Amino acid sequence: MSKGNGIYPEDLKYTKEHEWLALHGSVGTVGITHYAQSELGDIVYVELPAIGTAVVAGEEFGTVESVKAVSEIYAPASGEVLELNAALAQAPEIVNKDPYGEGWLVKIKLADAGDVQGLMSAEEYRKYVEEEAN
Amino acid sequence: MSGAAGPLKKTPLTDLFREMGARLVEFAGWEMPVQFSSVLEEHRAVRAAAGLFDVSHMGEIEVSGGGALALVQSLTCNDAARLAPGQAQYSALLTEQGTFVDDILVYRRERDEFLLVVNAGNTDKDFAWIGGRAARGDDVEVVNASARWALIALQGPRAAAILQGLASPRLDAIRPYHFAPGSVRGAVALLSRTGYTGEDGFEIYLQPDAAPDVFRALLEAGRPHAALPCGLGARDTLRLEARMLLYGNDIDDTTTVLEAGLGGIARLAKGDFVGREALVRQKERGVPRLLAGFEMIDRGIARHGYPVRIDGEAAGRVTSGSFAPTLKKNIGLAYVPSRHARPGTRLEVAIRERAAAAVVVPTPFYQRPR
Repeated sequence: MSKGNGIYPEDLKYTKEHEWLALHGSVGTVGITHYAQSELGDIVYVELPAIGTAVVAGEEFGTVESVKAVSEIYAPASGEVLELNAALAQAPEIVNKDPYGEGWLVKIKLADAGDVQGLMSAEEYRKYVEEEAN
Repeated sequence: MSGAAGPLKKTPLTDLFREMGARLVEFAGWEMPVQFSSVLEEHRAVRAAAGLFDVSHMGEIEVSGGGALALVQSLTCNDAARLAPGQAQYSALLTEQGTFVDDILVYRRERDEFLLVVNAGNTDKDFAWIGGRAARGDDVEVVNASARWALIALQGPRAAAILQGLASPRLDAIRPYHFAPGSVRGAVALLSRTGYTGEDGFEIYLQPDAAPDVFRALLEAGRPHAALPCGLGARDTLRLEARMLLYGNDIDDTTTVLEAGLGGIARLAKGDFVGREALVRQKERGVPRLLAGFEMIDRGIARHGYPVRIDGEAAGRVTSGSFAPTLKKNIGLAYVPSRHARPGTRLEVAIRERAAAAVVVPTPFYQRPR
């Protein structure tokens, strides 16, 4: 499911808190963006909810920590956690190396796959980041 | 990133760092690099080879004159009379309660000439503290010379090899906690074998104008040794592994020298000094709490301010906590009741809503191979 390391992959949806969502039918894969990992620096710890946990769009569901900073992760959409990226427990640095691919965080069974209207397109997110960076 | 009024202060190296693409942040009112490439890479470079740091934000206070030793002795807890010219010691300025005004390095340059190197954020406070206690007629002059000194730290097992090519005198003649006047690339310098990383290394005191040239030359000379420029991020993880304390996090004016586990620098027999009486009393009555090192058993990183519980009871707070890159463990420091400060004691650190298990371990967490 590699998305490559493009900075703003076209086929993803984005949040203002710098998460991305990839839709595959009723399942959404969630990660943090290239910009987010770059701002955080070396990621040394990822805390994710248990499988089966209900997550709510816009609410915290986990934590990504770099050496210096703790950053909450917010759910791009509501649903139930189906799968975790177990590799991150031993190798959290994968999030830095491949944030859109091997560094995904969780897969969610979406409550309503049509309900992602509030998320940004790649182009909108690019503009948003450029504004935030300035 | 708040607390600083007005524009941030720049060191003589800030512009160079911006050119180099370092990530700059506010620290104690200064604009400082937090990282150049990656905190982890920079940390590893210092342990394996060498790292180059700008610490020009540190304050320098000169105390000189016939009454200099007496003033330094009365305001610091270590015994400055034991210093020969060319020697330095870790020490502290204390309040009457035996708590920290600041932790400092005391350099004895001449018999009657001392240089006190203080934390950046405390420079003005320390200068006022010392100046306010130098009475007229004491034959002592106290000068805040911070703007006259740039300070570059070169730290790591390859530091001496890298520096020797550019510096005189011979560095093997400078032992740890000693210093010598000399030059680096023709620039007048004080070469001090000290640091804040747990490695061998030097702190190089320079005139501000010379700093960019010297920094560039050291980077160049360090390249074949795999040395890297390093930011405050790596400085913090390095010092924590070596259990070197950070003012404002681990120690401040609410914690005593004895509680911090720094009894070794509190020379109670040297004669009177500010804070001595309180320390004598605390020693007699027993030190109620101690700064203990711990390592996490459960997953999770303890951070500054997180509550610590022992046997279900509130016991203290984490003062510093981080992933330790050399040890590949999550470590921290916390004040705990003295009876619980022994290695092996189980702690619980409240990480968000979770109670994560940790255990007190001997410190320093990391000691360099010798």
